[in-house]
Amino acid sequence: MNEVLSSGYVLEYTYTRSVGQVIGRFLAGLRDGRITGVRTATGRVLVPPTEYDPETGDACDEFVDVGTSGVVKTWAWVTESRPRCPLQRPFAWALVQLDGADTAMLHAVDAGSIENMRTGMRVRVRWAAERSGRIEDIACFEPEAGQP
Amino acid sequence: MSGEPIKVVPMHVRLEYTVTAGCTYSRYLLALAKKQIIGGRCPRCTKVYVPPRGSCPTCGVPTGEEFPISHEATVTTFCIVNIPFGAMPFPPPYVVAALLLDGADLPILHLVRGVSPDQVRMGLRVRAVWVSDAELAPTVESIRWFEPNGEPDADYSTYEAHL
Amino acid sequence: MARLDRKNSPRRIAVVAFAQLPNVRRDTEHEETELVLPVVNAALEAARLTRADIGFTCSGSSDFLLGRPFSFVSALDALAPWPPASESHVEMDGAWALYEAWVRLQCGDVDTALVYAYGKSSLGDLRDVLAQQLDPYYLAPLVPDSISLAALQARALLDAGGCSERDLAEIASRSRRAALDNPYAQVRKQSDVEELLAQPYLVAPLRKHDCPPISDGACAVVLAAEPAAHRCSERPAFITGMDHRIEAHSLGARDLTRSSSTRTAAEHAGATGRFDLAELHAPFTHQEIILRRALGLAPDVEINPSGGALAANPMMVAGLARIGEAAMRLSRGAGRRGIAHATSGPCLQQNLVCVLETD
Repeated sequence: MNEVLSSGYVLEYTYTRSVGQVIGRFLAGLRDGRITGVRTATGRVLVPPTEYDPETGDACDEFVDVGTSGVVKTWAWVTESRPRCPLQRPFAWALVQLDGADTAMLHAVDAGSIENMRTGMRVRVRWAAERSGRIEDIACFEPEAGQP
Repeated sequence: MSGEPIKVVPMHVRLEYTVTAGCTYSRYLLALAKKQIIGGRCPRCTKVYVPPRGSCPTCGVPTGEEFPISHEATVTTFCIVNIPFGAMPFPPPYVVAALLLDGADLPILHLVRGVSPDQVRMGLRVRAVWVSDAELAPTVESIRWFEPNGEPDADYSTYEAHL
Repeated sequence: MARLDRKNSPRRIAVVAFAQLPNVRRDTEHEETELVLPVVNAALEAARLTRADIGFTCSGSSDFLLGRPFSFVSALDALAPWPPASESHVEMDGAWALYEAWVRLQCGDVDTALVYAYGKSSLGDLRDVLAQQLDPYYLAPLVPDSISLAALQARALLDAGGCSERDLAEIASRSRRAALDNPYAQVRKQSDVEELLAQPYLVAPLRKHDCPPISDGACAVVLAAEPAAHRCSERPAFITGMDHRIEAHSLGARDLTRSSSTRTAAEHAGATGRFDLAELHAPFTHQEIILRRALGLAPDVEINPSGGALAANPMMVAGLARIGEAAMRLSRGAGRRGIAHATSGPCLQQNLVCVLETD
C-alpha cells in the first residue's frame, strides 16, 4: 500500500441573500429593537415569521409585534461552546416562546450554569450593542430577574 | 437606519476539510514529484488512463498495470481563455488544451505556452515543461505547462479516436 | 404513490441484494470511486447481474459533506457509464435514491435498478457541515449543531414523560450489543447501562452513547421487479409499500415529541399489522422511542438487529443501509415481514417508511 496523500481544503462562499418582505420585516424589527411575527388565517402567531402557514400553505402577510420576553419550552446545555456560537462560555440552546407568539424561536440562553435552566422559566432578549438586521441582533436570551 | 427595510443579508459560509487523494491518485501525484507521468492500463479493455483510475469508466474495474508515460503529447482540442476570473494561472489570453500523451488513450487537461494562442492548433506536438527540481512536489503543478517540441503536426488519424 | 394495490400497480419490486463497506471512523485511503466500486460490484454479483443488465441507477450523497460540488459525478466511474447509463442522483440519504428507483421501475420498461450511497463524514467538521442544512436567516448564523438540536428534542420528550434517561441508555446498550453480530458496524461492545449513565453529559440531556458515531461508509442495493426478482434472489424481499413525508423546518413550529411525518408515511405505506423486525434510522436514542410510537410497533418487535445508526452512522448512507439490512435479514429467514425507516433533516424532520415482505 503506497502512501496516501491528504491535504487541507477550505470551501468558502460569500453569499448575499435577499430576504423578501416577511423575513426582511422581522430582521428590520430586530435592528430597531422589536420582534415581529406573522398571524395566520387561523390566528396563530408565528415567530420567527415564515411567508406561509406551515399547516395550510397559505401566504402570511399580517404582521404582529410580540413581546421580548417569553417562556423556555425546551433547552439543552452546552458545556463546550464552538466558534461562532452566540456565547463563548457554557450556555443553553433553547426554544423560547415569546409572549404573544404561538411558536418558539431558537436561540442561546446565558444562564450561567445548568442549575439555572428549567423548562418553563421566563427569559428575555439581550440585544446586541450594535444591530444591523440579522438574527445575531439578539445577542442571546437571559433569565428574567426575580424567578425562583 | 431605523425604519429602513432590510433587503439583503451577507452570509459567509466557510467549511474546512481534510481531503484524501485516495490510493490510486496518490501514486500519480507521488510520481509527478519524481518527474514521472504515470498511466494505468485497464485489464479488460486495455485502455491506458492518465492518471490511473480507481475504476475504468467503461469496465468498472480498477486500472491494473501502471507505467511511466511519455512527456510528449498531441494537442487534440483546446480553448483560449479570454475571460478573467478569480483563480487564473496567468492573465488572459492563455490556452488550456486536452493533451493526448504518447501511449495514453485519454487526454489530460493542461496549459500550453511558448506559442502564441492564435498559433495553437489541433495536432500541435508539445512536451511537458517541469518546474525546477527544488520545486517538484506531489502536485499537477509540478508540470508547469506544455510547449511545442518542434515535431511536425500529428496526423488527425493518430488522435481522432481519442477526442 | 404509496401503498400498492394489485389493481393499481402491477409491479412488485424487491430488494434482491445489499452490499456495504465496513463502517469506520475515518477512511484515509479511498476517494469516492474507490468507495463505491466495491459495493456496486458486490451487490451486482450477489444479484447475479452485470452493469449492462441494470435499467436505472440512482445514488445518494452530499457535496457539502465531501467538500466538493458535483462529487457524485466523479463517483460515476464506478458505474462504468459507457455506453451512457440512465442515472440520477439525490443530494440526500440513499433511501430517497431507492424511492426514486422504485418509482422509476413502476413505469414498466426496465426491470432492475441499482441504488448506491456513500459518505465520508471524516473529511470536514460534521457539525459545521450539518449546520448548512438549517434555515439560513434564523438558524445557520447561530451555528446550532446537530447534537444540540437533538438534545432539545430529547429534553422535550423527557419533560413530556415520554422516556427516562435510563430508557435511553438501554437503547444504546442494546444497539451496541446487537452490533457485535454485525461485522460492518463500528460501535460494537457490551456496555453496561449503569456505566453509561455514569458518564457525563455531552450536550445535556444527551450523553455520548445517546449520539451516533461519526462514520465513513458506502452501500449499494439492487432492486428487481417480478419475475426478474426471483432470478436474482432465492428469497426476494418485496416492497409492499413505501412513502415519505416532511414536516415544517422550524423546530419551534413542530411537536418534537411526536413524529407526525413518520406516522403519515407509515399509514400511506400500509405499515400496519405484524412485523418481525424493524430497522429504524434513529441516530439518537430518544428518536428510537419517538419512531416506534409513531409506527405503532408492538413491544416485541426486534428493533435494529444490525445495531442501527447508533452503531454506525455514515451520513447519506445509514437510511439506505436500514432498508438493505431489513431486506437481507428477511431474505435470510429472520422473519417474513419487516419495516425499514430513514430520516433526513434536524430532529426527524423528514421520514421515509418502507414495508418489506418475503413470500
